[in-house]
Amino acid sequence: MDYEGRLGNVAVLGAAGKMGSGIVLLVSQEMADLSLKPENRSKTFVLHAVDISHQALSGLMSYLREQVRKGAEKKIVALRAAYADRSDLVDNSEIIDAYVDRALDIVRPTTLIEAAAEAGAVFEAAPESLDLKLKLLAKCGGKGPKGPWVFTNTSSIPICEIDEKAGLGGRVMGFHFYNPPAVQKLVELIRAKTTLAEVAAFAEALAKSLRKTVVPSHDIAGFIGNGHFMRDMLFGMAEAERLSKEMPFTHAVYCVNKSSQDFLVRPMGIFQLVDYVGLEVCQCILKVMDPRLPGQGLKSALLERFLGQGVKGGQNHDGSQKDGFLRYEKGRIAGVWEPEAKRYVPLSELQVDCDKKLGPLPEPGLAWKSAVKHPAKDKALAEFFCKLAGMKTLGAELALRHGSRSKEVALALVSDGVAARAEDVNKVLLTGFFHAYGPVNDYFQVKVAK
Amino acid sequence: MIKLRRKVYMAAGYNTVSMGTGRKEFHPKKPRPGLEDYIKEAGKGTLDRLGGAKNVDEGVIGNFMAARFNNQGNLAALIPSIDEGLRWKPCTRVEGACCSGALALAAGIRSVLAETAEVVLAVGVEVQNTVKAVYGADILATAGWRKERKTGHAHFFPGKFSDRAGACYAKYGRDKTRRAMARWYRNAIENARLCATAQEHGNTQKELEAQAMTEPDPRTFVEHLSVYDCSKVSDGASAIGILSEEGLKRCGIPKTDAVEVVGLGQVEADLTLPPEDPARLETTARAAAAALESAGIKASDLGTVETHDCFTIAGVLATEAIGLAPPGQGPDFVLAGETSRSGKVPFNTTGGLVGWGHPTGATGVHQAVTLWEQLTGKAGPAQIKLSPERPYGLSVNMGGDDKTVVAIVFRRGA
Repeated sequence: MDYEGRLGNVAVLGAAGKMGSGIVLLVSQEMADLSLKPENRSKTFVLHAVDISHQALSGLMSYLREQVRKGAEKKIVALRAAYADRSDLVDNSEIIDAYVDRALDIVRPTTLIEAAAEAGAVFEAAPESLDLKLKLLAKCGGKGPKGPWVFTNTSSIPICEIDEKAGLGGRVMGFHFYNPPAVQKLVELIRAKTTLAEVAAFAEALAKSLRKTVVPSHDIAGFIGNGHFMRDMLFGMAEAERLSKEMPFTHAVYCVNKSSQDFLVRPMGIFQLVDYVGLEVCQCILKVMDPRLPGQGLKSALLERFLGQGVKGGQNHDGSQKDGFLRYEKGRIAGVWEPEAKRYVPLSELQVDCDKKLGPLPEPGLAWKSAVKHPAKDKALAEFFCKLAGMKTLGAELALRHGSRSKEVALALVSDGVAARAEDVNKVLLTGFFHAYGPVNDYFQVKVAK
Repeated sequence: MIKLRRKVYMAAGYNTVSMGTGRKEFHPKKPRPGLEDYIKEAGKGTLDRLGGAKNVDEGVIGNFMAARFNNQGNLAALIPSIDEGLRWKPCTRVEGACCSGALALAAGIRSVLAETAEVVLAVGVEVQNTVKAVYGADILATAGWRKERKTGHAHFFPGKFSDRAGACYAKYGRDKTRRAMARWYRNAIENARLCATAQEHGNTQKELEAQAMTEPDPRTFVEHLSVYDCSKVSDGASAIGILSEEGLKRCGIPKTDAVEVVGLGQVEADLTLPPEDPARLETTARAAAAALESAGIKASDLGTVETHDCFTIAGVLATEAIGLAPPGQGPDFVLAGETSRSGKVPFNTTGGLVGWGHPTGATGVHQAVTLWEQLTGKAGPAQIKLSPERPYGLSVNMGGDDKTVVAIVFRRGA
């Protein structure tokens, strides 16, 4: 079965979830585009969107209708060419409507996972639990190398384990989209030792056709993205706990978050990022990584405690941020969780104090937003961090420690064989995390290897 | 030739803001004023300057496609919504695509010439930001021949003028033509900065010509034009009074506060026929020649021009069509700075369609308001200095791909 044949019948597991819905969108558009080719006009393309809840699947269909339309509006020039032989479709609006109908006709929402058994390719986007993934894959049919090819969106579980325990005979590959899949350019491709060559070739062809930026990662728990993020997160938490010996815990969280955003020129502070990803997801990832990479301290009592208190983060269906370490009002930070009193301390009660403790930013300032589009970005960043290194403020000290740790983590990912090259780690942070600079840089010094 | 058998004036012009991308207050997802709000604002502005609705005999409104942009027809009946005093007076709506505004002026001029009115209120309006550009393109495409739509570009009119630009590149050289188009863009934005109602009034880009040299991307847009070569998608209205001498007296407007219409040219081409030479605006040339002949002047007597630069290439080609630049030398004329506000014949002194904006049905009226302001010294920061030897202003309003064209020659009243 060739690329197009394989995409003739596809299943997405966890289709109504955040990652799943993005994958359904991308793949159904790819399938609709293929179906428009003259030689494919008589073929039927089917995408089984499998999830456990009818309600969520109905939400998925509304999301698709809106997003496929937006996509069609953007590619109207190509669509007019594709529909050139349809004399009944004249206006842009008629052509866009026809395309939206076609793409949505491909998608079959269902709660019956058995539908996946007939698929040529299965995209698995279930929650990050090996047991659950294995349970689902067992229902997808096929034994050994015969059966649907599986592309798992896991962000941490080694692919070889999935292959072995699910008995897939090498027809599996890690295809890790970043959140949200339709917007994020980055895809981490993880080929297990056992992955069949044709499966890997298909994954690469699909990523290319979806115009994704591909970074290959070796099959080690956490891969590159979470390999860096989890350690970066744990460092931030340890910093906050260290600081909390000299100041209230909420102040410490605020200071570390702010220094890791404004002083490190990142798009968001480390605690805001944890909230964005969701505390439960972070905890799941740590639970995958820790036993597979023992002795590295990849666990967090703080996360455990916060989750026990019902502090979860993550996002609402409309994409708005749920409260986590921080409380949000219209997307802006408005408070910090105080685990003793179990309440959010309003920002107004601590911001002035903390900002004074952190000290000023180097002059001239360099906000992340202007850094990413700065015509002489490297020079501007070098000047900013050079000035920062000369400052004896808490903000500067925290940022320098964090920048060094981030670099150390990145270098370790290369030396431990997770990433083939430092550039790959940088590409993941630049593309997947929208950083203005890669962690392997000349701005920060690595003092002691841990 | 149209011989004006009676003196006709215009005065009391009013422009709303041209609203759309580029304006700070524009937000595509927030509620905005509607069609009737724009008609009312512009209409009231002009009525105030005419001394009230009681002085007006007749109303005429130019609009292209409110039926689709706003699901609204019968626009003549919105004229009385401007002021109670206009109820029960004769009103007409005219349509000629993007030339609807100047058709409204021509209709008003005819009423005054026919002595059926001494004072006509002329309004032009379009509210286009109700739909996304990709669907707006369908609506605007109705200014072309329906039977060409299927084979036309997704962005139908940019496609048409891209073909014209391509023809010019082939005939006169791509680089020079593109540089002239970029200069046209720069002039447009620099002029728009001087006019508070212009859509690009707040544009602060420093390297305008470099920006306008952005290479066209046919995968997402058309082959020979970039977005900088295009006029804006705009909401806006303009209004002006069209008066006889008696009308001026009735409204208490001195002749020096008015412009006299000294020449009118109105030309229609066949919608179903392609242009004979895409590198030439033949209908525009015929309309401009008719207007100049009607006024009894030559192109060299013109002190300023408001031309229909729906695309930068249309502006460049208009310099030839009007007869200011020899055939094929429009790009040289523009590159020599002759159309800039300090040049020989300043064009589009408040930004034109590229800089001020292009609320399609309002554009023709907006051009008349701008010329009225310039010729009577009311243009504020955008005021140009006219040489007494060349006291004439020309407006050229075009509908479709050079199909419906109205050209008017103005001079300050005396």
